[in-house]
Amino acid sequence: MSDVADRVRKIVVEHLGVEEDKVVENASFIDDLGADSLDTVELVMAFEEEFGIEIPDDAAETIQTFGDAVRFIKEAQ
Amino acid sequence: MFDLTGKRALVTGASGGIGGAIATALHGAGATVGLSGTRTAPLEELAASLGERAHVLPCNLSDAEAVNALPKQAIEAMGGLDILVNNAGITRDNLFMRMSEEDWAQVLEVNLTSTMRLCKGVVRPMMKARWGRIVNITSIVGATGNPGQANYAAAKAGLVGMSKSIAHEVAGRGITVNCVAPGFIETAMTDKLNEEQKSGILGQIPAGRMGTPEEIASAVLYLSSAEAGYVTGATLHVNGGMAML
Repeated sequence: MSDVADRVRKIVVEHLGVEEDKVVENASFIDDLGADSLDTVELVMAFEEEFGIEIPDDAAETIQTFGDAVRFIKEAQ
Repeated sequence: MFDLTGKRALVTGASGGIGGAIATALHGAGATVGLSGTRTAPLEELAASLGERAHVLPCNLSDAEAVNALPKQAIEAMGGLDILVNNAGITRDNLFMRMSEEDWAQVLEVNLTSTMRLCKGVVRPMMKARWGRIVNITSIVGATGNPGQANYAAAKAGLVGMSKSIAHEVAGRGITVNCVAPGFIETAMTDKLNEEQKSGILGQIPAGRMGTPEEIASAVLYLSSAEAGYVTGATLHVNGGMAML
């Protein structure tokens, strides 16, 4: 398990209040983890802060699952 | 009551009569204030009279880039931003049939679009803080209409609809978005009216007088306070009964 994935998972767990083992590769923030659309905006904000990157709005829309987030952040770093 | 100690407020149009009164009221309740406006001299003057906890942040609201940069500048100057008061506005009055597209576009740009930009810039830090207050100054004419002010009335009515929509989206994050709608207020603008115009206006106001900038500021102070936490998407009309909405 990469360091990026661990950090992303920690943010998701803290923000959405879900069990750690629910945050798997294909877990959709909205469909599986109970996020609403504003939560997804906040998650992206938290990722930006944690990793010191900029995630433009059109890219943010493509980040639907935990796996999407990890992949995007790894590429952006 | 209405203690804003430790809160940081950005007020646009602070060089004007109503904006100056709003900044003074928030500052008087303990807030640190960022004074924005186009003209630097009156802002400096106001900051000097307020003393500590006042920052001058000049900004031309028809310059999109400058507007987008303003929230960041305010946060840097004050260490954060908890309250945004969008008070700045311009008029380009003309009969509708004579109103140019430029008059229309300018008024919409400064009164509505710049407010949207500022709201966008402050919502993010407010969401993080799980606390925020946005107060947009609209106008009685946004609700009633006014001859010669199709552009201004459209922009002011637009503010109400925009504020309600944002209020829906961010209510769960401890952020409230409200409007204050002044009627006729004693300012440099209404000073220019002649006696006949004035008595015509006063005849329509049940209170029998114009309002003061301080009376608008009091409404803004309330909506900025912790005590108003359950009020959102509302428009508080302060007009001496001129329109009971």
